[in-house]
Amino acid sequence: MARKLLLEHDSVPGIETFEVYKKHGGYLSVEKALKKMSPQEVVEEVQKSGLRGRGGAGFPTGMKWSFLAKPEGVPRYLLCNADESEPGTFKDRYLMEKLPHLLIEGMIVSSYALGANLSYIYIRGEYMWILDILEKAIDEAYAKGYLGKNILGSGFDLDLRVAPGGGAYICGEETALIESLEGKRGNPRMKPPFPAVKGLWGCPTVVNNVETLMAVVPIINEGGDEYAKIGIGKSTGTKLISAGGNLARPGVYELEMGLSVEEFIYGDDWCRGIANGKKLKACVPGGSSVPILPAHLVTKTAAGETRLMTYESLADGGFASGSMLGSGGFIIFDEDQCIVRNTWNFARFYAHESCGQCSPCREGTGWMEKVLNRLEHGQGNLRDIELLEEINKKIEGNTICPLGDAAAWPVAAAIRHFREEFEWHVSHREESQTRNYGLLKESLVG
Amino acid sequence: MSSTHVDLSKRHAETPCFSPEKLAEAQKLMSLYPEGKHKSALIRILHMAEEEFGGWLSIETMDYVAGIVNIEPIEVYEVASFYTMFNLDPVGNYVFEVCRTGPCMLVGSDNLISYIENKLDIKVGETTKDGMFTLKTAECLGACGYAPMLQCGKKYHEHLTNEKVDELIAAYRSGELPK
Repeated sequence: MARKLLLEHDSVPGIETFEVYKKHGGYLSVEKALKKMSPQEVVEEVQKSGLRGRGGAGFPTGMKWSFLAKPEGVPRYLLCNADESEPGTFKDRYLMEKLPHLLIEGMIVSSYALGANLSYIYIRGEYMWILDILEKAIDEAYAKGYLGKNILGSGFDLDLRVAPGGGAYICGEETALIESLEGKRGNPRMKPPFPAVKGLWGCPTVVNNVETLMAVVPIINEGGDEYAKIGIGKSTGTKLISAGGNLARPGVYELEMGLSVEEFIYGDDWCRGIANGKKLKACVPGGSSVPILPAHLVTKTAAGETRLMTYESLADGGFASGSMLGSGGFIIFDEDQCIVRNTWNFARFYAHESCGQCSPCREGTGWMEKVLNRLEHGQGNLRDIELLEEINKKIEGNTICPLGDAAAWPVAAAIRHFREEFEWHVSHREESQTRNYGLLKESLVG
Repeated sequence: MSSTHVDLSKRHAETPCFSPEKLAEAQKLMSLYPEGKHKSALIRILHMAEEEFGGWLSIETMDYVAGIVNIEPIEVYEVASFYTMFNLDPVGNYVFEVCRTGPCMLVGSDNLISYIENKLDIKVGETTKDGMFTLKTAECLGACGYAPMLQCGKKYHEHLTNEKVDELIAAYRSGELPK
């Protein structure tokens, strides 16, 4: 159950250097793709693999690639989205720190497939030390002839550069990323036109997550069909999970899609249960934007089936009783945590990170933060809970980019599953300031 | 330039100027983009300028960068004011940015922030009287599994406890930069 495709060699000393990486099978996919395959054949392997975007949306990568416009004489660009900022997510950081050459390898093959001769890695500004790691690795790759002109004598040219952001969550949205890469404020663009038609500097552009581009390497090495054999249904391959919160052993894990959520939380090979022997209260399985699940819906679906680490199983039950795999930012809450406080914390995050372009998001996120702040601090009333639901509906679906939805969903889900706890903050204003609601109501933990 | 919205007490006494080496580095960064697209290097050059000129971006610094990148000053202001990593006010020698978002909060970032406030005798957003430390909070820094944590410059300090914070502050004060 613990087959690793990306993290197979992450603990090998010196794996961040070209020499060691190459010795452990690195850059084979470049040789194979550039020498033996046409760009279209690379695209087809990725389509066969069933690989879905690992940044959060889960859109099929091969399909995204097939949308890329190819007008004569116009350059195309591949951009790597390394702006990892979804609360709860820290896998791309680990991948790039340990395996910079795997990203470079994935980008060479993917750029070849897309016909891009200049590609960029856009990395969040706070990861500046990783930018140094990447640039060092890129210099090595140039020196060894894997980047630059006529790579391995194939006739294919590729320049690869790294560009930092400046601390803006919104730049993980692909059109905001493009704006930022052009040296501007990270305001998302209206779509259409989609980046596949008009992206960086008005040219056709593909934006893929770090983990997605790395996954292209085993897909080319082993074949798309082999890759698709791992996992269940439309959740193929392995997925990196960033596990945090109140876990006995938080960290970055690579799992084959289809592992049960229960095994992942409690298994000895995985997170080894809740920290300090406490009980599970709730879980946000895919980064702060996805709906929170109360304990009784974490390991089982509403229908009583075993919940699995797949796109489909985590979403089983829709928003009524399910959530999403999202970015794989897996956050665990123990019995002592306050759901109202956490909801307020997340709302503050989105209010802080809204770019301010669309009024429903700019005003709505700030408003929700204020209302949740007063509920958390014993100043709220029952009408506030309804008010939150009303604001939610006015944001969702009414903004240029998905940040509005991402801000609305966690609040809606918290009220849906933990309404009693919100009401308790109103009926027990003073008590709520000195202790947490905890697991007072057994019905909440199932 | 109209100065009605500018706090004139926050200025650099002299016009900032990169060393020839730094200037060459900035030119090289601009050359990483196709012809005419060198504005793309702006964010990275602003990071450089902040590091070179006291950890913050004054109007003078931003105007200087505008000259180097050959764009209007307003194009620099609008970028500098959008990205939260850029300090538009003077800061101490070391800026502690403590992550306060969900996963860090679950394992004690609120207590950590209070502890640092007491220890340094400042509130979030303030700088110690000796100009050594500025305390800020940050939204998710991507260290959720190693929380609570703070960033200082390029360095992430993780799995923090009160004792580790004491050691950290002592190390920065003594000039021995923590590994």
